[in-house]
Amino acid sequence: MSVISIRDLVVEYDGRRILDKLNLEIQAGEIMVLLGGSGSGKSTLLRHILGLERPQSGNVLVKETDITTCSQLELQRVRRSMGVAFQSATLFNSYSLEDNVALPLREHTLLAPSIVELMVSMKLAVVGLGEFAKLHPQELSGGMKKRAAVARAWALDPEILVFDEPSAGLDPIVAADLDELILILKQACQMTVIVVTHELSSAFRIADRIAMLHKGSFLAVGTKDEIRNSTHPHIRQFLDRVPDKLEDTNPVESYFERYLQQQEVTV
Amino acid sequence: MATFVENVGRSTLRGIDYVGSLSIQSYASIRSLGAVLPIVGNKYRWKASVREMLQVGVEAFPMVALMAICAGFILAMQGAAELRRFGALHFVIDLVAVGFTRELGPLLTAIAVSGRSGSAFSAEIGTMRVTEEIDALRVMAFDPIEFVLAPKFIAALIVVPCLSVLSNACGIMAGGIFMFFSTHLSLGLYIRYVLNSIELRDVVMGLIKSVAFAAIIVQVGCLEGFRVRGGPDAVGRSTTAAVVKSTFLVTLADAVFTAIFYLTVKH
Repeated sequence: MSVISIRDLVVEYDGRRILDKLNLEIQAGEIMVLLGGSGSGKSTLLRHILGLERPQSGNVLVKETDITTCSQLELQRVRRSMGVAFQSATLFNSYSLEDNVALPLREHTLLAPSIVELMVSMKLAVVGLGEFAKLHPQELSGGMKKRAAVARAWALDPEILVFDEPSAGLDPIVAADLDELILILKQACQMTVIVVTHELSSAFRIADRIAMLHKGSFLAVGTKDEIRNSTHPHIRQFLDRVPDKLEDTNPVESYFERYLQQQEVTV
Repeated sequence: MATFVENVGRSTLRGIDYVGSLSIQSYASIRSLGAVLPIVGNKYRWKASVREMLQVGVEAFPMVALMAICAGFILAMQGAAELRRFGALHFVIDLVAVGFTRELGPLLTAIAVSGRSGSAFSAEIGTMRVTEEIDALRVMAFDPIEFVLAPKFIAALIVVPCLSVLSNACGIMAGGIFMFFSTHLSLGLYIRYVLNSIELRDVVMGLIKSVAFAAIIVQVGCLEGFRVRGGPDAVGRSTTAAVVKSTFLVTLADAVFTAIFYLTVKH
């Protein structure tokens, strides 16, 4: 059963097409990785899945609610079933770690303060930050901030958990820890997880399925093995880390040649 | 010629866009005011409002008081220099009392609050936009207007008129000190004369102006913050724009209020 359905999604900025008629079904309980290089449209797609922007055409259905046309009230209801850990963690600097995690619990539930406290301690303990509850975000390392963001995204036990570039800017060990945390959360809570990344090792470690995005279109959507064995030239280039062929074989040399020619013309 | 017309058209559209955004935001924030009220509203928003009141009001008081005292002395000395020639030195008391209650108290307070808090609102919200904290609020099913703007709005609506009254008191007391040293008029007699020269209408007019100025400062400061696009440099620009635009609009509103007051009062 699809939790999220993307149908003919078209997004344009200033007449430039960023996403071109995308179609994707994300099944309940799977980890779907949106993989792609810089500028492929991953973050734009994510913003539309979260209902942060409205597309030119097409639909995004989250739990059968079309968030591109629904009312603000319906959108709020859908959003309460989603938890999002942004790339930059986006913790509120004026709040302590425990207040950051407690925020959605205090505001969206009628739980007693003692229960909220208990749940916050539990969530922070699971992400390995139990001892740091009283600290503020600016006192934490990058990896700790990302884990705190996961704890906050997970606070309301959402049905859908979304990660934007979870391993970006982290060392390989911390990134691997975060991958394991995502797998544990998915296994323990049976959530649908969407991960936007360009990190191949992370994608192949955690994904059930991968959607490979390139210049606003899906090149392939399939299991890890299907993507790994794909013969599509761009997927192969991405997986094998081959640079784009440059028309100019030696750009530095030709730049200096052009520069000297300009100087000669001026003199 | 075409370029000139284009520029005029573009500026006009920008102006309409700005006024439209300001109106929509003001309407949304008025609708959110219920959520920040004590007892009937959300207790966390009310706590945030109290924090804002301390920052906008209590912490601004020394600066506002100092500005009012200086302005009181200036007004009294400039008035005395001219009125002494006509043997009408006692009219300095009327000048200071009426001038402060109707005009200088609310205006000086608004300028101080605009420079101090209007810029802070814009910088805070602008930074939240740049660091995606506003997006994080939206995906956590919070309304940024209710969460961020409404506490500032209610705080300013309450504390700016209070600051304005205190500013009036400081300015009038400065006039009293001047009169004591220049004419040996006792402070008790000065206060009796002041109370005799000002009318309730003047005080009410000053308070109405203060409420309007508070609304302008908060709405402009927050709108500039919400409109931030790009990086930290955009935050800096929005802060400057917040102070410049709010000071201009406060002065414009003051002129309108004074004109209404002048036209409606019976001479």
